[in-house]
Amino acid sequence: MAGGDVIIGLEVHVQLNRLRSKLFCGCSTDYHASDPNTHTCPVCLGLPGTLPVMNRRAVEYAIRVALALNCEIQGETLFYRKNYYYPDLPKAFQITQYDFPLGMGGSILIKGEDGEEKKIRITRVHMEEDPGRLVHAGTIDRAKYSMVDYNRCGMALLEVVTEPDLRSPKEARSFLDKLRNILEYLDVFDGGLEGAMRIDSNISLVGGERAEVKNISSHKGVEKALAYEITRQRSARRRGVAQVQETRHYDELRAITVSIRTKEEAHDYRYFPEPDLVPMRIADWVPEVEAELPELPDAKRERFVAEYGIADDHARSLTSEIRVANFYEVVAKRAPSRLAAAWIADVLKGELNYRDITIDKFSPDHMVEILSMLEGGKITEKGAVEVIRTILDHSGDLSEVTPTRVVEAKGLARAGNDAVKAAVRAAVEESAQAVADYRAGNEKAINFIVGVVMKKTRGRADPGEANRLVKETLDEI
Amino acid sequence: MITGEDVDHISWLASIKVSEEERAAFVASFNSVLDYFHQLDELETDDVEPTYRVVDLTNVFREDVAKESLSQEESLRNASRMENGYFKSPRIV
Repeated sequence: MAGGDVIIGLEVHVQLNRLRSKLFCGCSTDYHASDPNTHTCPVCLGLPGTLPVMNRRAVEYAIRVALALNCEIQGETLFYRKNYYYPDLPKAFQITQYDFPLGMGGSILIKGEDGEEKKIRITRVHMEEDPGRLVHAGTIDRAKYSMVDYNRCGMALLEVVTEPDLRSPKEARSFLDKLRNILEYLDVFDGGLEGAMRIDSNISLVGGERAEVKNISSHKGVEKALAYEITRQRSARRRGVAQVQETRHYDELRAITVSIRTKEEAHDYRYFPEPDLVPMRIADWVPEVEAELPELPDAKRERFVAEYGIADDHARSLTSEIRVANFYEVVAKRAPSRLAAAWIADVLKGELNYRDITIDKFSPDHMVEILSMLEGGKITEKGAVEVIRTILDHSGDLSEVTPTRVVEAKGLARAGNDAVKAAVRAAVEESAQAVADYRAGNEKAINFIVGVVMKKTRGRADPGEANRLVKETLDEI
Repeated sequence: MITGEDVDHISWLASIKVSEEERAAFVASFNSVLDYFHQLDELETDDVEPTYRVVDLTNVFREDVAKESLSQEESLRNASRMENGYFKSPRIV
């Protein structure tokens, strides 16, 4: 999907969902498991005569994010009304920013298509209120009517806009992963909640008009949506059909984009300064917020390399999620740091991803215990993987499945030397053909015999050790 | 000068139907309002900072505290149509 002819820019909406209350009213942000329209009040329902009052912490969170994205912070910042008539907005306008957004001219580093660090420029970061959620009866292009839930309406939202610096769906995904990671480090955002991050994307082929793809509802959906759109634009070009500037809606179920006919006038938002909110002078506040910024992913990665002596790749992987980084630090203080890095980054993370669960499901104590058994030669690498899998697949009380108990219950203790030697002798005796092949100069035949040894010890022998012993035995006879 | 087309455009944006007579009346009243404001054009404003607010207040905040919301029944009380706890609206795309 590379090819270098693709130009992508993103507009990412992130909910500041670690706040307790909405942006302009005291309604709780904890609505995800609730019935529709149970987290509303006259302010977020847009009833006449109500006035918005700014959530102080929302501004602090926004400043934190803008700083972490290396933006220039506006000393004085304003809100505007963006007018449009749509059922997700009960007031028929959205309170947002326009001129003088909170942050401008930032950037973050991602791992680019070529594996090198790549700087993605951020045009602006601004605050706004989230609209309500529309539920369509059927698909968007066929529904007869919409149903509206205003629980989400008025949630504090940040819009992060990039320059068109991304060159592939994979880079777009990298950007979103990094953004999510930074937001979670800042403790302003929980990416696991439904609707926490929603993405609009501008995408074009070099020399063509761009399509705006809306409604990408997760950082995972972005690669699929963009890959589909690139294929669609390429094949249109091959057929000689020119791309026109248009808005397309991503249909996640069907994994396609559909053109939505919007009248040109719909973009006439008639912005004007919000008369119900006073300007915010935040220049004096910024240094205070900056002083309290936590260690961010890039800095943590450098520190991990320096402090724990681990490879940069491992450090990158470990710091790509705050919870994994914290987990690693707990383990590394009580186990060999390089061994811990390899097992957490290469094995545990993979097993977690495969099961689509988070690292909270695994205890650092268990990791320390497993690493100590590995170090002491009590289990093999294969056995250690088996222990991790058994614990992750165990549903119910985790205290029942300590690594030591799993090793006992499943007979994973590394076979003693005598047992392995006996298995080797038996394997050599049983594998006459392989022994003959080995003697005839086919070194690979040894792998067959090692396989038999592993089978006889039910995987509890160390494969390297078994290999050495088989070779020794063959050369003796 | 505001024309009939401008009135059509604005009524479309607001999703409000305007009859032929109303259209003519709106053209006249919009123009009268604009003419009144055009008097301001006579003033010399080159050295005047733009004004966004007439009240000299900044930084009015509330603390991040969650309060009780309306019940679903109260929420939906003014709705003309509803279904399963949702407001019901015409499909607009």
